[in-house]
Amino acid sequence: MAVLLDKNTRLIVQGLTGREGTFHAKQAQAYGTNVVGGVTPGKGGTTHEGWPIYNTMQEAVEKTGANASVIFVPPPFAADAIMESADAGIALIVCITEGIPVVDMLKAMTFLEGKATRLIGPNCPGIISPGKGKAGIIPHNIVREGRIGIVSKSGTLTYEAIHQLTRVGMGQTTCIGIGGDPLIGTSFIDALTLFQADPDTEAVIMIGEIGGSAEEDAAAWIKKNFRKPVVGFIAGQTAPPGRRMGHAGAIIAGGKGTANEKMAALANAGVRVVKSPADMGTALKDVLGR
Amino acid sequence: MKIHEYQAKAVLARFGVPVPRGEVAFSAAEAGEIARRLGGPVSVVKAQIHAGGRGKGGGVKLAKSAQEAEQLAAQMIGMTLVTHQTGPEGRKVGRVLIEEGLQIDRELYLSILIDRASQAPVIIASAAGGMDIEEVAASTPEKIIKETIERGTGIVPFEARKIAFAIGLDGALANKMVKLLDSIYRAFIATDASMIEINPLIVTKGGDLLALDAKVTFDDNALYRHPDLKDLRDLTEEDPLEVEASKFSLNYIRLDGNIGCMVNGAGLAMATMDIIKLAGGEPANFLDVGGGANAEQIKNAFRILMADKNVKAVLINIFGGILRCDVLASGVIAAVKELGVPVPIVIRMEGTNVEEGKRMLKESGLNFATADSMGEAAQQVVALASAGVNR
Repeated sequence: MAVLLDKNTRLIVQGLTGREGTFHAKQAQAYGTNVVGGVTPGKGGTTHEGWPIYNTMQEAVEKTGANASVIFVPPPFAADAIMESADAGIALIVCITEGIPVVDMLKAMTFLEGKATRLIGPNCPGIISPGKGKAGIIPHNIVREGRIGIVSKSGTLTYEAIHQLTRVGMGQTTCIGIGGDPLIGTSFIDALTLFQADPDTEAVIMIGEIGGSAEEDAAAWIKKNFRKPVVGFIAGQTAPPGRRMGHAGAIIAGGKGTANEKMAALANAGVRVVKSPADMGTALKDVLGR
Repeated sequence: MKIHEYQAKAVLARFGVPVPRGEVAFSAAEAGEIARRLGGPVSVVKAQIHAGGRGKGGGVKLAKSAQEAEQLAAQMIGMTLVTHQTGPEGRKVGRVLIEEGLQIDRELYLSILIDRASQAPVIIASAAGGMDIEEVAASTPEKIIKETIERGTGIVPFEARKIAFAIGLDGALANKMVKLLDSIYRAFIATDASMIEINPLIVTKGGDLLALDAKVTFDDNALYRHPDLKDLRDLTEEDPLEVEASKFSLNYIRLDGNIGCMVNGAGLAMATMDIIKLAGGEPANFLDVGGGANAEQIKNAFRILMADKNVKAVLINIFGGILRCDVLASGVIAAVKELGVPVPIVIRMEGTNVEEGKRMLKESGLNFATADSMGEAAQQVVALASAGVNR
C-alpha cells in the first residue's frame, strides 16, 4: 500500500499543453501513472500528444472519471485552477506552480474549507509512490519500492533523501513534497497522519527548513501520536537572520524559526536529527537497526 | 519587496490611514522648503533607509525652524547610517522625510501579516508601542494582542473593537481605531502586502490616532499586478550583485565566506551551505538557480558568483529534476570557457541525464573536480578553498 496515489488514480494535468505540463505528463505516463487527459481553457476539444484536452475541470471529470489532478499553470492562474479542480470534486490536487501570490492562496484555502479535497503544495515537487505512480516532478529513476515514507518542505532535498535511501538499499512507500510556502494544503502533521495509518510505511524521513513553526508543531504531534521511527533534517542551520532564503517562508524573523529550535524540538520528540544532509539515508538505516 | 517609510505612509493614506503631514526631500534645499511649507513650531527630519533603529543611529532629528531642518537634512543626506539592522557597514542615506512635529500622548503598536500556523492574516497590537516588539514579546508577552482574521470575511467590527479595547483605547479613540483597522486590512489585501507594521501608532494630545512610522513589504509574487508599487523599489538599498541576479531570475544572497555555491532548489541550497560549514568552510553566498534554469542562466550565475572577489573555490550541487544535468554541464562549460573562471570548481550532480552531463564535463578538457555525494563534495571544496590564493 502507499498513501495518496495508487493504481486507481486517474490523473488530469491542468496546464497539460504547456512545456512543463507536457514534459511531466509524459514522464508520469512513462512511469505507469494513468494520465487521462488535460485541461487548458480555450483548447477544449483538441488533443495534445494523444491526450484529450478539455476547457473545464467539470467536463474533464465527467468525461474521464478523473479523481486527481496536477497543476502546472502559471502563477497568476494557479489558485483559480485549484478552486476549479476542487469544485469539480477532485479528491487529490497536487499544485506544482511556484510563485502564487499569498492573497490568491488565502482565497483558495477558504474555498477548500469543508470540501473533501486534499491539496498538496503549492510550490512543491508533488508526490510519488514507487511502483504505483506519480503526480508531479520527482524524478522516478531514483526511487525504489519499499517501506519508508518521506515528507519534505523542499523539492531537491526530497530527491536527495530518496537517492540516499535507494543507495543504502531502502525503498520508499510514498514521497510527499509539501512545499515551503506560507499557505499550503497539506502539513507535516497531515502527511505523518497518513504514514501512521499506512501499514506498509515502517519509518519516515522528515525534512524541514528555517522559518515558521510547522516543524515545532510536528515535533509536538510526533511526541504525542507517532509510533514509527523518524529521521529529521532541517535546512538553513547557517542561514543569517532576516534574509529570506528562496522559499517565501524560509526566513528567521525576530529570532524565531531557527534551525536550532526546530532540531531541539524534534530531538525532544524522539526524532533522530541529523546535522548533515548527507546522513539522512544512513541514519534511517541505523534507527531501523539494519 | 521593501519600500521606504514615506512611500509606505503614502500607500496607507490612500486607504484612509491617518499619517502626519510631510514630504520627501532629496536635497537640503528641498528639505528647508518643505519645512517652511509645513509651518508649525517643529518639524522632524527622518533618514529614509530600508532598516529599523534609525533613531538610535542619529537618523531621526527634531528641527525648531525651517533653517534647522535644512541644516539637519544637509548632514543626513549622504551620511552612512549604522543601526542594529544595517550591519556594521551601514546604509548611505539618499533621501529624508520632513514631517510635522506632533504632541504625543501615547505610543501603541500595530501590525498585520500572514500567520503560517493558522494559515490566515493575523493582527498584532500592543499598548507598549515605540519599542522593539520582539523585546516586548519576550519580556512581557501578556502585552501582546493577537487576533486571527477569518479568511472568508476579513476583519469585522467586533474584532476591531476587541483589539481597540484590549490596547486601552476608549470612546472616540476606539471608534477611530476600528476605522483604522479596517483601512489597514483593506490595504493589506489590496496591495498584496506581506506585512504592514505601524510602530509607533500614536495617540496625540489632541486625541488623534496617527501612524508615526510605517513599514510595508510586498509579496514579490504579486508585484506583476501592481506596476505602481513596483516603481517604488529603490535599487540603491539592495546589494548590487543581488540586483544583478534578480534580472536573470536567480535567487542570490551574498554572505561572508569564500566558497561560492550554485545549487538548484532553495532547500538544497541551504543544506549545501550547512554541509560546507560542517566541513569547516564558510559559504560565500546562497544561490538557487531554480528548477528550470537554462544554459544562459547558469552562465550568468557563474558571472555573479565570480564577481564576489572573496570566492576562492566553487561548489556546484545540482540534483536534476526539471533541470537536466546535461543542460547544467553545457552551461558550466560555456561559462568557464568564456569567463575563464580562475578558481577550482567542484561539481556534484545527480538525477535526470546525469551520465550525459558527466560525460560532457569529462570531454570538455576543463579541470573540474567531481564528487559522488554532498559530503564528499563539501570536503573537497573546503580543502581547495583553504589552499586557494587571494585574487
